[in-house]
Amino acid sequence: MSDRLAVRKTYKLYVDGAFPRSESGRTYEVHDARGAFLANAALASRKDARDAVVAARAAFGKWSRATAYNRGQVLYRVAEVMEGRHAQFCEEVAAGEGLSAGRARAVVDAAVDRWVWYAGWTDKLAAVLGSANPVAGPFFDFSLPEPSGVVAVLAPQRSSLLGLVSVLAPVLAGGNTAVVVTSRERPLPAVTLGEVLATSDVPGGVVNLLTGDAGEIGPWLAEHDDVDAIDLTGAPAGRALELERLAAGSIKRVLRPPAEEPDWTADPGTGRMTRFLETKTVWHPIGL
Amino acid sequence: MSQLFEYAPAPESRSIVDVAPSYGLFVDGEFVDGSGESMKTVNPATEEVLSEIAVGTEADVDRAVKAARRAFTRVWGPMRPADRGKYLFRIARILQERAREFAVLESLDNGKPIRESRDVDVPLAAAHFFYHAGWADKLGHAGLGPDPRPHGVAGQVIPWNFPLLMLAWKVAPALATGNTVVLKPAETTPLTALLFAEVCRQADLPPGVVNIVTGAGDTGRAVVEHEDVDKVAFTGSTEVGRSIARAVAGTRKVLTLELGGKAANIVFDDAPIDQAVEGIVRGIFFNQGHVCCAGSRLLVQESVHDEVIASLQRRIGSLRVGDPLDKNTDIGAINSADQLARIRELSDIGEAEGAHRWQPACELPDRGFWFPPTVFTDVSPAHRIARDEVFGPVLSVLTFRTPDEAVAKANNTTYGLSAGIWTEKGSRILAIADRLRAGVVWANTFNQFDPTSPFGGYKQSGYGREGGRHGLAAYLKESS
Repeated sequence: MSDRLAVRKTYKLYVDGAFPRSESGRTYEVHDARGAFLANAALASRKDARDAVVAARAAFGKWSRATAYNRGQVLYRVAEVMEGRHAQFCEEVAAGEGLSAGRARAVVDAAVDRWVWYAGWTDKLAAVLGSANPVAGPFFDFSLPEPSGVVAVLAPQRSSLLGLVSVLAPVLAGGNTAVVVTSRERPLPAVTLGEVLATSDVPGGVVNLLTGDAGEIGPWLAEHDDVDAIDLTGAPAGRALELERLAAGSIKRVLRPPAEEPDWTADPGTGRMTRFLETKTVWHPIGL
Repeated sequence: MSQLFEYAPAPESRSIVDVAPSYGLFVDGEFVDGSGESMKTVNPATEEVLSEIAVGTEADVDRAVKAARRAFTRVWGPMRPADRGKYLFRIARILQERAREFAVLESLDNGKPIRESRDVDVPLAAAHFFYHAGWADKLGHAGLGPDPRPHGVAGQVIPWNFPLLMLAWKVAPALATGNTVVLKPAETTPLTALLFAEVCRQADLPPGVVNIVTGAGDTGRAVVEHEDVDKVAFTGSTEVGRSIARAVAGTRKVLTLELGGKAANIVFDDAPIDQAVEGIVRGIFFNQGHVCCAGSRLLVQESVHDEVIASLQRRIGSLRVGDPLDKNTDIGAINSADQLARIRELSDIGEAEGAHRWQPACELPDRGFWFPPTVFTDVSPAHRIARDEVFGPVLSVLTFRTPDEAVAKANNTTYGLSAGIWTEKGSRILAIADRLRAGVVWANTFNQFDPTSPFGGYKQSGYGREGGRHGLAAYLKESS
């Protein structure tokens, strides 16, 4: 062991491409799986959530209309930078989730690979999900997938990196922007992912990461009129019904939480992308 | 109304339909009495009572759901998919055979012109069954895995604006995918759904596969909230859509919603004006404007505003408002007294807020529910008539100068069902279509529908699609 005193990181929110503290000034203690102190994390507030929605809405136009190729490259770049932070992710995942070094490495590997998998989807979605519709008349009629808009994501509470990547990357691949409430007890890998996003080519505001309590911030996001969809995967136990009811007020697309947190290493399929995609159908006459 | 030509009346005979003095509920293949009070359905063009209709109670809905569950478990679920398809082909053919009867009955009960029920509603309804019939044994190719499964019992609640067509949009995909159905038709337009029940019997459709429970809001709520319903599909107002989304929250029920709209119909200065005017008329006056995707906000480029409005007013002056059964009629009756009151109220608010109301000189029948085609100019984006869905023959005209402004104004709504673009420039069509937040975009046309073409909204116009391969997803569980 070196006797150099470590320079510790301040863990903050990631909103609109910057790293603010919570406007509320609140923090909370984050502990490792054995209960030892790791860091003080920002405890995001309603105001932070609203600021994040504003940033996500502002970023939506450019991100959703970027070419699919460009979005794929930007997302692949995220995986490259994640790979460069591999050791740091391993440390944080091992500490937060109480995994051995080997298990943590496998989880981080899977998270990077999952991100690469979704990055490759951006320019396949239209071909797989779109259609030319043979209408009974002189029209060319086609349907294409488009992003739903601003998606609020309550990230899984247990799987702090692989689970987070597995819910965030599909939202982004489809062209949505995201406001994520991280795992409350295990928020540190999410903050590091924010640093990855900030140093890759993802425009500010496309992803906003709020550390804190989904039970506190979730309702504000669920009822926010400028949020188009909400993923309740990480909703606190017993709160999903209330959140889904609030989301009904503005006809949000809702991804209900699974009965228990799934095995994130399983093949994800396309369902997490299609849940946050709309179908646009365009008609044009055919004639000389 | 001043007319270029005098038209002799050309009424379609109503003798082809035989409306019974009263109707029960269609449950488990039989017409049965409802246990609640009955309600009257009236001809909105004359206020004549057409028939007494049973009102389904919770107990009636429960019987219907049980019948649907039994049919799902014992008959329809296990049936060979190709045979399910054959039943749907039969239904499509019977709808074609009895098309005239359906068209007359629809116009009587709904008030829509016979020209539209005959040429649009009924043929499209048959086409929906024909299209979905072919899917029944090909679901492994729908992009939902090799062996997608039905949800079970579908509870479906439909509106009064296209009574038979909305039934077809709901029932055809549900049956093709192996679900069974409890359908609640709209309170004011139950007759074609009840005639459809007879079609099911003629097709020898097994009892319980389709159940039709008439009634009003309470009956619909009982269908939506019944705990043995697996899938809920609703078309109607955004307000009711919200309450349904709340009601199914926290349940296992899968929900699709097709709700209101406030579509922008955007006319650029290079558009062929005569064609655009036809499209504007089709967009807002088709079906008396009782269309969720109606082009109710005309966005016209400032430089051609006066020309477009003059031409539009000339064209509206030649529309014939009156007897829905007259084959020359362009605009029929407003569906109900309630709807007429809402249209009047919003139009009065439009005037009070400072917009300018124009209506052609127009003689309306003494009895029945009528509202003349109406154009509001000098409308600001903040006016109620630019924001609220009127669901009537009322057009609000706004202007723009640049394509960016057109897109911003078009998207400035909580709805996102449809939109129209009129321009001769192809690249502009694609650029604007790309930026509009709406589920259906009609370029140089409007209000076109087809069973192969997915239909549904963005934002608060709902979620899920009806029609096409996409529409099947609402009724199937993906397999891996």
